[in-house]
Amino acid sequence: MSDNKMLFEYLLRLGDNSLILGQRLAEWCGKSPVLEEELALMNVGLDLIGQARLFLSYAGEVEDAGRDEDTLAFHRDAQEWRNLLLVEQPNGDFAKTMARQLFIDCFQYVQFEGLLHSTDKTVSEIAAKSLKEITYHRRHSRDWVIRLGDGTEESHQKMQTAIEELWGFVPEMFDMDNVDNAMLAAGIGVDVAALKDRWDTMINDILAEATLTRPEDTWSVRGSRVGKHSEHLGFLLAEMQFLPRAYPDAKW
Amino acid sequence: MQAQSPSFDKESVRKILEMVKDPEIPVLSIEDMGIVRDVEVGDEDVQIYITPTYSGCPAMDMIATEIETVLALHGYKKITVKTVLSPAWSSDFISERGRKNLEEYGIAPPSGNSKGAMLGIDPVSCPQCKSKNTSVVSEFGSTACKALYKCNDCLEPFDYFKCV
Repeated sequence: MSDNKMLFEYLLRLGDNSLILGQRLAEWCGKSPVLEEELALMNVGLDLIGQARLFLSYAGEVEDAGRDEDTLAFHRDAQEWRNLLLVEQPNGDFAKTMARQLFIDCFQYVQFEGLLHSTDKTVSEIAAKSLKEITYHRRHSRDWVIRLGDGTEESHQKMQTAIEELWGFVPEMFDMDNVDNAMLAAGIGVDVAALKDRWDTMINDILAEATLTRPEDTWSVRGSRVGKHSEHLGFLLAEMQFLPRAYPDAKW
Repeated sequence: MQAQSPSFDKESVRKILEMVKDPEIPVLSIEDMGIVRDVEVGDEDVQIYITPTYSGCPAMDMIATEIETVLALHGYKKITVKTVLSPAWSSDFISERGRKNLEEYGIAPPSGNSKGAMLGIDPVSCPQCKSKNTSVVSEFGSTACKALYKCNDCLEPFDYFKCV
């Protein structure tokens, strides 16, 4: 792979994480438990979609093949997506949405903090912008995980179940493959494997405060870096991409 | 409207930009909001550099269009609006006048500065009765830049401009 192709792949990973999670959160529109949470989930989703636009626009420039942010968002099939398996998992109940959000918020927090020092000016600027938003997101998901975990017997049970159901998607976040290593060597990317300890500390503190039990590492799934996704992504894309594919030149 | 002949100096352009308001908070000009980061003026062209408040803020496209429109109405022809990301926008950029306008409009302005906000040390004042006895209802509000609060003294709910 050429250097440019490596950077393109890396940018897709960053942008796709934000876009797919943003789309998932948008699915809560009209059916959140309370109005305030509906606003919160839509606001978080909006930030994520904004981040995705910045990364995918830049990816399009780097690729230099005439694909812009919209083409990348609406005209790629499931195997061409590079988002983590975690973010494409269905919303489930509110506890599961918050568990997924906490895992990714803490991950993006340490990842983007590292990207602040990227030698690629655009990457470091997007990271600086996004980190402010992510800090705010993390405060929100943390509050809910603690409130539900340390809440009623039922909310505690639902939060514990949610964490266990998503635990096996955690290891993939901290994998390093040839693209990650090349980006690290170029000073553009971060060593996510080295960030696992910080993520663990953050999560352990929150779980302890929430009176939740950290699950055992008994299972894990991976594959997103090479485009192997769970079946859920296809359904998400079918909904997200329908309009621009059915009406190719549709304009607002 | 008859287009005047435009003045190619920064001050005149900045003055005109004060006419562009945030579409969701009409008492706040983009200048007071700290969205305009720089203005470059050539012999017959102007470049306006703006920065988004939040990555996904849907008002940015509209703001860019309004900048072009208002400058065109003042006779400028070659107008470029560019988005810059660095330094990342902070509510610390909001001017004193902007803060005063927000409060009069019923939105509590950011309390303290963005560094203190992370520690939660500055109490939020109710824009109606000025009481500091307020509590957060939701960290997120009607737009990306606001949170929802209520006053425990006068019991009014109110928007708080997030301090980030």
